Amino acid sequence: MLDDFFTRAIIAGVGVALVAGPLGCFIVWRRLAYFGDTLSHAALLGVAFALLFDVNLTLAVFVVAASVSLALLMLQRRATLSSDSLLGLLAHSALALGLVVLAFMTWVRVDLMSFLFGDILAVSVMDIAIIYAGGGIILGVLVMIWHPLFAATVNPELAEAEGMNPDRINVIFMLLMATVIAISIKIVGVLLITAMLIIPAATARRFAQGPEQMAVLAAVFGVLAVLGGLGGSLHWDTPSGPSIVVAATVLFLFSLTPLVRVFIKSGARSKA
Amino acid sequence: MNKPFDYLISLNNAGVERGDKWLVRGVDFGVQSGEIVTLIGPNGSGKSTTAKMALGVLAPTEGTATRRPKLTIGYVPQKIAIDWTLPLTVARFMHLTGGITKSDAEGAMTATGVEHLAKAEVRNLSGGEFQRVMLARAMARKPDLLVLDEPVQGVDFAGEIALYDLIQKIRDDLQCGILLISHDLHVVMAATDRVVCLNGHICCQGTPTDVASSDEYRRLFGARAATTLAVYEHDHDHTHLPDGTVRHADGTVTEHCHPEDGHHHHTEDATPPNKDEAHHVG
Repeated sequence: MLDDFFTRAIIAGVGVALVAGPLGCFIVWRRLAYFGDTLSHAALLGVAFALLFDVNLTLAVFVVAASVSLALLMLQRRATLSSDSLLGLLAHSALALGLVVLAFMTWVRVDLMSFLFGDILAVSVMDIAIIYAGGGIILGVLVMIWHPLFAATVNPELAEAEGMNPDRINVIFMLLMATVIAISIKIVGVLLITAMLIIPAATARRFAQGPEQMAVLAAVFGVLAVLGGLGGSLHWDTPSGPSIVVAATVLFLFSLTPLVRVFIKSGARSKA
Repeated sequence: MNKPFDYLISLNNAGVERGDKWLVRGVDFGVQSGEIVTLIGPNGSGKSTTAKMALGVLAPTEGTATRRPKLTIGYVPQKIAIDWTLPLTVARFMHLTGGITKSDAEGAMTATGVEHLAKAEVRNLSGGEFQRVMLARAMARKPDLLVLDEPVQGVDFAGEIALYDLIQKIRDDLQCGILLISHDLHVVMAATDRVVCLNGHICCQGTPTDVASSDEYRRLFGARAATTLAVYEHDHDHTHLPDGTVRHADGTVTEHCHPEDGHHHHTEDATPPNKDEAHHVG
């Protein structure tokens, strides 16, 4: 079954969506969309390093993304520039550096488009193993830190006053972000990872009555977007990343239509 | 008698510096079990900063802030903004920092009169309802120390008295220490054991009567303070319940207190009973 490239892409994409949904809820709640962008742009530098030093791509992307997020934490403490300026600085200098390094490596033939927008043909059995191992770790850690992370999201001072440690939790959360970006780069590509985090979560918000429910629904919408997007990608021969994001956007737009109220109301009634 | 470990928290010559400016400096006081300490002072006098040092959220730049080991704290911050993106019901909010049972949560919500709001979204609550939910959440933790940063903001006069009664009851039931920050310079709740008056430093502290008669207090707050520090004392022949109804001394509960009873005109500010019924329908 795994011989078929399309099956491999679906399995890998579903794995990414299951992790990106719940993590994406926190991106939306904490207004970290630009932070996600910064990490994913920096991922291209990771791609360049992976090719330059001939190391595992996922590992290299994780190391670069984690370094960028820790650098951001340190720069924020010294706070001379505002956070969004710092993010812009890190995002684009890492992206530019990545492109320059890639251009220097004349001996490597790189299909840049596949890293920017994802390539379903490139998914190997090894990639699937990495996605599910990495994804399993992310979800496991997320479940472990869920309560303090959520409390710190609502109000960090309240969480700290009542005996939680928001600073440590934030560092763990940033490492989880770096991991999800590292494992999803082949499917969605550098430029569109943030969309996989944000759009399913935003879609889930309209249906959710609690944070836990929203996390589960975001994973469900993410999976639907992957199935629809990859199907479209195969049918119309479009790049996988943009196709998945378009499918996710269609779901989001659907959630805005009055049709949805019927679902929400009937759901509420069956509960009562 | 004031050995350090008698205190739940104690601040010792503590101060916080930001940039070149001291937000507050030379703060010396502690809170013991069963004691209500009220912090008053003008805007920017360092009340919230002092509370955050006591809570351990802000580390003092100089001096020390000591908390008794394994202290359970309940905190009602001044402001919490809940974004639309965050689906958060009152019932879920009650368990935000964990460690409380379902029955503790329900008991606390009944005590503050918000049990009917369990399924409401936090961001849809009115100011007064939200304050009561926050208080319920903090008291359900059965804290050793309760820190309340302006707990009566957005609450009308009748609700204010009810909340102060409730805070006193929490102290009596749990025997916890309470650190209360008050927005009002001229009125502190009757049950306050000690008033600490801040203005970038401690300008005076003592019992409410001591502080009211101190020269520093008069100098700081000028002419208006000449009317002295009033203390919330009120008739206990009836109590305004948080839902707007009134419990009388004989135990009966009515929608209004009797209009001929004189000083009760403030009930018109209280939540009208029909608004509450609307909540139940929804």
